Amino acid sequence: MNKIWIIIKREYLTRVKKKSFIVTTLLLPLLFVAMLVVPVLIMSGGDSEKVAVVDESQFFEGKLADEGETHYKFVQANIDTLKNTYTKLGYTGVLHIPKMDINRPPSIIYYSKGQMNIILKSNMEKKVEAAIEDKRMELAGIDKAKLEGIRVNVDIVNLAGKEEKKGSAGLAYGIGYGAGFLIYIILLVFGTVVMRGVMEEKMNRIAEVMISSVKPFQLMMGKIIGIAFVGLTQFLIWIVLIVGLYTLLIMLFGPEATDAAMKSNAMANSGNNAAAEEAVKQMMGVMEGVNWTFIIFCFLFYFLGGYLFYAALFAAVGSLVNEDPNDAQSLTFPVTIPVIFSIFIMIASVRNPNSSLAVWGSMIPFSSPIVMMARIPYGVPGTVPYWQLGLSMALLIAGFIGTTWVAAKIYRTGILLYGKKVTLKEVAKWVVRKN
Amino acid sequence: MNVLDLQHLKKHYATHKAVDDISFSIPKGSIFGLLGPNGAGKTTLLRMITGIFYPDAGEIFFDGKRFDPTQDIQSIGYMPEERGLYKKMKVGEQVLYLAQLKGLSKKDALDKIDYWFNKFEITSWSNKKIEELSKGMQQKVQFISTIMHHPKLLILDEPFSGLDPINSQLIQDEIFEMAKNGTTIIFSTHRMEQVEEICDHIVLVNKGRKILDGPVKQIKQDFKQHLFRIGLETQPNPAQMATHHFTIIQNHDKAYTVKLNEFSQTNDILSHFIHHGIQVNFFKEILPTINEVFISQVKMTDMAN
Repeated sequence: MNKIWIIIKREYLTRVKKKSFIVTTLLLPLLFVAMLVVPVLIMSGGDSEKVAVVDESQFFEGKLADEGETHYKFVQANIDTLKNTYTKLGYTGVLHIPKMDINRPPSIIYYSKGQMNIILKSNMEKKVEAAIEDKRMELAGIDKAKLEGIRVNVDIVNLAGKEEKKGSAGLAYGIGYGAGFLIYIILLVFGTVVMRGVMEEKMNRIAEVMISSVKPFQLMMGKIIGIAFVGLTQFLIWIVLIVGLYTLLIMLFGPEATDAAMKSNAMANSGNNAAAEEAVKQMMGVMEGVNWTFIIFCFLFYFLGGYLFYAALFAAVGSLVNEDPNDAQSLTFPVTIPVIFSIFIMIASVRNPNSSLAVWGSMIPFSSPIVMMARIPYGVPGTVPYWQLGLSMALLIAGFIGTTWVAAKIYRTGILLYGKKVTLKEVAKWVVRKN
Repeated sequence: MNVLDLQHLKKHYATHKAVDDISFSIPKGSIFGLLGPNGAGKTTLLRMITGIFYPDAGEIFFDGKRFDPTQDIQSIGYMPEERGLYKKMKVGEQVLYLAQLKGLSKKDALDKIDYWFNKFEITSWSNKKIEELSKGMQQKVQFISTIMHHPKLLILDEPFSGLDPINSQLIQDEIFEMAKNGTTIIFSTHRMEQVEEICDHIVLVNKGRKILDGPVKQIKQDFKQHLFRIGLETQPNPAQMATHHFTIIQNHDKAYTVKLNEFSQTNDILSHFIHHGIQVNFFKEILPTINEVFISQVKMTDMAN
């Protein structure tokens, strides 16, 4: 036991101290937060927009109200001269609305130095549209107030399960897809790390030195567990950094800015201010309804279970590789194929979490870590009954004990085998033979 | 007292018998040569002694007790032929790691590292990565990490390959000193001149079987061809050389290699020349080198198969 611990420590420390680990671990959350924040900073960047409006039909005067930092000023000027002089006059851009027929709006042009930002564009469009619509309604004899009274906004609330929990299919889809995909990436990335580690030991010829001190099984498990801790450490740091940076930003810019960030994301989808606000409100409501502790617990379970299940197999593959790196590719194939299949099953399952494909996929340990994570956000025990979750977890535990047992047998022979290409048939023999 | 007793060890692979009923004993404190051509089963044998493989049949006794790999590998140091170190690790860390895996506490290990690094004059390398060292330097580090835990049994597979003469000597001296202090050493090699220089016992294996074993001196006696080298003052004429006591194998100028005939004694050769009044300048028995024994014995067993 003590020896495994020493091995775990080495495997962990050598990896955590690597520059590449430190860089990716620190940079990724920064990138993530930057992706969230930079657009907000750009939008709320305090750069006031002073827009000169050349309205040739004199129709929009008073109808384009200032909003936030955007100010509209109607000017009587020749567009061709203003086009060239607006920066000198202190404007950030010129909105040119040519003489128009109310039934056939002309193309409206905005002159600016750089690209106009998307929010400004949609704001302007909305204002111009509203003005034209109002005019048309007036011409058609429709009372605007009456129309507003007729409009409704329907929102279907989904109450799932006996406790009638407020759920959201969209959010469940998002979490399920995200979690499943994350586990898929973890399995492949950390599986490869394990495989490379074993290959390194074999090629450096240190394997034989090592197993004259420790059992092959200890060496293999030490590596697998050490790398698992590396993965967990990375996650922990990411979560702490993301949450930390996020809180810091809220403190610096106030909650409005972060809300605005979400709104801008939602707006990109709906293109409508009110709808975006509604979406954010809804999302916040539903987010509070999600049992995060439970989902995180399940995620950690399937992350570790899936990792242990596949890492042992990757270790076995690593032990079979000889000098030729091409070997590694053809030998990894049988191990990566089920992982890749799982991601396809997951994509189907997250759309239809009760299909028999999804149920079976979330039971069989080859795919359950990825597929089950796609189903769990839809609700336990609503979509995934307790017995299914329990069985899936039990099978995964049995599965990784099984793969570890098989892998250990392959590993202890493979790690000492040099210069010989191994066939799958031989490997199968190692597994069945006693001792 | 034997440190190691092997009794009827067998290890079969799917296609061939790597070790086929081999028994021998290694006395405590001896330097023991394990010899054999490529593919003779040496590595398999060593892997069984180091607990890496389990024998299919037979028994191993270590230090008087039945060999228990989990316990006894702490008292064994093994430097395999296929050796290596973690390239990205620093020298000091690497040696510490291997020592800890042999059961040394961190403090003990650090003390020993101090001692050995000083002795081998490599203290300044401690913070270098293994990959920055030359092959010979790596070999030194490897040797130190093998003997750090002061093993009762030290197994060295081709320990001098890749070493320059100075470092070879350094390690050879260390081997002698350890043997003097009671460490038993198994030394596996193809370099026969080193075997004669270093080993006091040898065992020769071929095709998974033991061909012979015993003390080096004894083996040389057992395989002597009764050859003698004799140097004469004057060139004898052919009539003077005719005798039933010996046959001339080779001659060069006034030096002869002769083979003593059956039923004759060494002194018969000398008295023959004295009788003819020829002055003898030197007279020396030619013992076979281990190399010659090795080649003849391996050829013989190969032919028998």
